[in-house]
Amino acid sequence: MNGSRHLMPARDPAERIKNFEEVALGYTRDIAREEAARCLNCKNAPCMKGCPVGVRIPEFIAKVKADDLDAAAEILHADNNLPAICGRVCPQEKQCEGLCVRAKAGGAIAIGALERFVADFALSKKADASGAAQNSYKIKNDAQNDANVDFSGKKIKVAAIGSGPASLSCAADLARRGVQVTVYEALHKAGGVLVYGIPEFRLPKDIVFKEIEGLKALGVNMVTNVVVGKTLFIDELLEEYDAVFIGSGAGLPMFLGVEGENLCGVYSANEYLTRVNLMGAYKEGAVTPVLRGGKVVVVGAGNVAMDSARTARRLGAEVRLVYRRSRAEMPAREEEILHAEEEGVIFDLLVNPVKILGDENGFVRGLKLIKMRLGEPDASGRRSPVPIEDSEYDIEADEVIVALGTTPNPLIKNSMPSLEVGRKGVISVDGEGRTSIPRLYAGGDAATGAATVILAMGAGKRAAKAILEDLKVR
Amino acid sequence: MSGERKNYAILSKRRLADNVCEFKIYAPLVARHCKAGQFLILRASKDGERVPFTICDYSREEGSICVLVQEVGYTTVMMSRLCEGDALEDVVGPLGNPTDLSRFENICLVGGGIGSAVIYPQAKQLFADGKAADIIVGARTKSLLMYKDEFMACAKGAYFVTDDGSNGDRGTVVDMLSRLIEQGKEYDCVFAVGPLGMMKAVSEFTKAYGIPTVVSMNSLMVDGTGMCGCCRLTVGGKIKYACVDGPEFDGHAVDFDEAIKRSRMYKEQEAEHLCRLRGEK
Ligand SMILES: Cc1cc2nc3c(=O)[nH]c(=O)nc-3n(C[C@H](O)[C@H](O)[C@H](O)COP(=O)(O)OP(=O)(O)OC[C@H]3O[C@@H](n4cnc5c(N)ncnc54)[C@H](O)[C@@H]3O)c2cc1C
Ligand code: FES
Repeated sequence: MNGSRHLMPARDPAERIKNFEEVALGYTRDIAREEAARCLNCKNAPCMKGCPVGVRIPEFIAKVKADDLDAAAEILHADNNLPAICGRVCPQEKQCEGLCVRAKAGGAIAIGALERFVADFALSKKADASGAAQNSYKIKNDAQNDANVDFSGKKIKVAAIGSGPASLSCAADLARRGVQVTVYEALHKAGGVLVYGIPEFRLPKDIVFKEIEGLKALGVNMVTNVVVGKTLFIDELLEEYDAVFIGSGAGLPMFLGVEGENLCGVYSANEYLTRVNLMGAYKEGAVTPVLRGGKVVVVGAGNVAMDSARTARRLGAEVRLVYRRSRAEMPAREEEILHAEEEGVIFDLLVNPVKILGDENGFVRGLKLIKMRLGEPDASGRRSPVPIEDSEYDIEADEVIVALGTTPNPLIKNSMPSLEVGRKGVISVDGEGRTSIPRLYAGGDAATGAATVILAMGAGKRAAKAILEDLKVR
Repeated sequence: MSGERKNYAILSKRRLADNVCEFKIYAPLVARHCKAGQFLILRASKDGERVPFTICDYSREEGSICVLVQEVGYTTVMMSRLCEGDALEDVVGPLGNPTDLSRFENICLVGGGIGSAVIYPQAKQLFADGKAADIIVGARTKSLLMYKDEFMACAKGAYFVTDDGSNGDRGTVVDMLSRLIEQGKEYDCVFAVGPLGMMKAVSEFTKAYGIPTVVSMNSLMVDGTGMCGCCRLTVGGKIKYACVDGPEFDGHAVDFDEAIKRSRMYKEQEAEHLCRLRGEK
C-alpha cells in the first residue's frame, strides 16, 4: 500500500546516446503489481478528471493489482484506442497524475507507466494470436454511444484525411460499428506525427504499426500517397462518402524570421525529425542524408525541441538548447526534459537568437544570441521574456534546428474556400467536430493547433460519435 | 495486358539522350487531376529517398504519367536500372501549382538539360491554344539534346544550341536568346527551365530588357506539401516554399545565389552514396 512511486527503468544514458533503442524500458509484472497496490482507489477518482478521454483509471489499476491483466486491458481499451502510445507520450504530470492524491505521499501513482504496461501486454498477446490489437477489446457499451446499432448492413462509408491519432481513433470507433472507413494519408507511411515526428527511442514505430495493422484487421482501408487538396479534393470525397473527417494535423513549421535562416544546416524540427525518423537517415547506409555531428543548437523547449536535441546527440553532436524563458516555463513533458539533461544536452536559458551566422559557402557557422529576462505575465499567464539591451554574444554552431511550433497546413483550406477557419488557419468546429460544411468533420491538431496525442484522439472519438448520430438521423 | 495493373508499375522506358530516360508510370490517382507544370515525388525502393520529378506528360485514360530521369544521383541511377514491368515503391502527386502562361501572347520557352521535361508540355499546350512559342533548347553536346522532333512539331521556331557546337549553334541558350532579340523578336514572357546557373543567367539577361521571366525551381524536397521547409528559397526578399508556392517564380525576384548554395547542402553525402551504388555492381 505504501512506499514511494516506482521509477520507470531506463537505459543507461552513456549507452543509449549511441543508439535509437527505446529509452524507457517499462515495468515488469512485479513492479506493475506493486505500483498498482499504491493506488488508494479513491471513490471520486480525481485522476479521471485529468484524462481527456476519461479512462476508468482506478478500475484498470485495481485489475493490475489483482494480476488480471486481460480485464485491465478491456477497461483501458474501452475509452482509449491507442493506450500503448498514450502510455509513452502523454504529459501525465499535467493530466491524470497531476491530480493524484498520492502526489504528496511518495509521489503520484505512475498511471502512464501502468497504462503502458497493460497495453504492451495486450499487444504482445494479440501479436501471438492474430497480430491485430484493436479487434479484441470492445468500446464502451453505454446507451449514449448506442453500441447496439450496427451500421454494417447499411454500407455507410466515411473517409478520414490524415492518419495521425485523430483519424486513427475516429476510424477505429467507426469501423467497430460496421462503417466502411478509408484513410487517406499524404506521406508514404501511415501514423502522422507518431511516425514522422516522435523518434524511435521514445515511441518504437513497431508499436504504431501494430496499432495500424489492428485497424486494417477491423476493415479500415489505408491509402497512402494521397494529398487531399492535390491528388483528390474534398468535394469528390463528399460525393463518394457519407461523411468526411479531416485529421490533417498542424504540420506547417514556424521559423524565427531572423537573418541567416536559409543557410545550409538550418532545419525546421519537422524536416530534421522527418529525415531521421520517417526516412531512417540515422541508419547505417541510409539513402536520405542528414547533416550530423559537430555542434548543434536547438531553438525551443517543447517536446519537439527535446526530441530534436536528443536525436542530434544520437547522431554524434554536441547539443545546446536555447530557450528564451526559464526552466519553469519549458512546455515539454517532464520526463523528456530529464532524459535530455541526462543525455548531456546543455540548456541555455533566457537567451534568444537574433541572427544566424554563415560562412562563405552558405553553411551555418554560429548564432548571435541576446540575453533575456522575464517580465510581466502575458495573456497566456506565462511571464513574457524581454531582451536585455547590449547583451548580444556569438556562439559556434554547425547546425541549427528550429522547434518553435507548427500551424495547420493551408492546403485543404485553399482547395475548399468555403471551409471556415480561425486564427492561424485552425479549422472551426463545434464541440463535436462539425465544420461549417455539412457532412464534413474535423479534429485533432487541424482543429486546435498543435496540441497532444490524447487530445487528438479524444477529438477523433467525439467526431466518430457525431458522425454516427448525424447519419442515423438522415 | 491482363488483370489489374500494379500501382506505380513502369509501363515503358525509353532512352532520350545519354543519361536521360523517359519513364511512363502507372499512377491513376496522379494522372486524374494533374496539369502541366506540376510535379510528383517518388521513392524508387523500400528505404529510398523522396525525390521530386516534373510530370512531363500524362494520359488520364491510361492512368499513366511520364517523367524524365537524368542519372545524376543515387535514386536516378537506381531508377535507370529498372525496366518495364518493374514497379516503383511510392508515387505521390500531383504537387505544386500548374503553369499559367495564359496572360502572355509571345512566349519564348528556354530549356536547358532536363529542363526540357518542363517546357515540353508547355510547348504542346501553347501550340494547342494557337499561341505556338519560340523554343530554345540547350545542352552540353548533341547526344544530350532531347525531344528534338517533338519540339520542332509544335514550335513557332525551334532553336538548338550546344556548348561544343555538335548540334546547331555553338553557345548557350542566353547567346541564342540574345541573337533572337537582336533580330527583332519581341517576347512578353520568357519561361526558362534548367540548371540553376542557366536560369540565373537567363533571368539576368531578360531583366536588362524588362521581359517578364518565369523560372521553375528544382529545390531539394522531402514531403512536397509544405511540412518541412526544406525547399525554401528567397523570392523578392520573402521566404517561399518551392513545393507549395511554386515550383514557378518570377525569375527577376529569385535569390539564385542562395538557391545554388542550398542545392549543394548534401554534396558530400550524395557523392558517397553514389560511389557505394556504383561500387556494388
Ligand atoms: C516531434 C513531436 C513530438 C511530440 N511529442 C508529443 C508527446 O510527447 N506527447 C503528446 O501528447 N503529443 C506530442 N506531440 C504532438 C502530437 O504528436 C500531435 O498533437 C498529434 O499527433 C496530433 O494528431 P493529429 O491526428 O491531429 O495529426 P498528425 O499526427 O499531425 O497527423 C496528421 C497527418 O495528416 C497528414 N496530412 C496532412 N495534410 C494532409 C492532406 N492534405 N491529405 C492527406 N493527408 C494529410 C499528415 O501527413 C499527417 O500524417 C509531438 C509532436 C511532434 C511533432
Ligand atoms: S518539401 Fe517540405 S516543405 Fe516543401
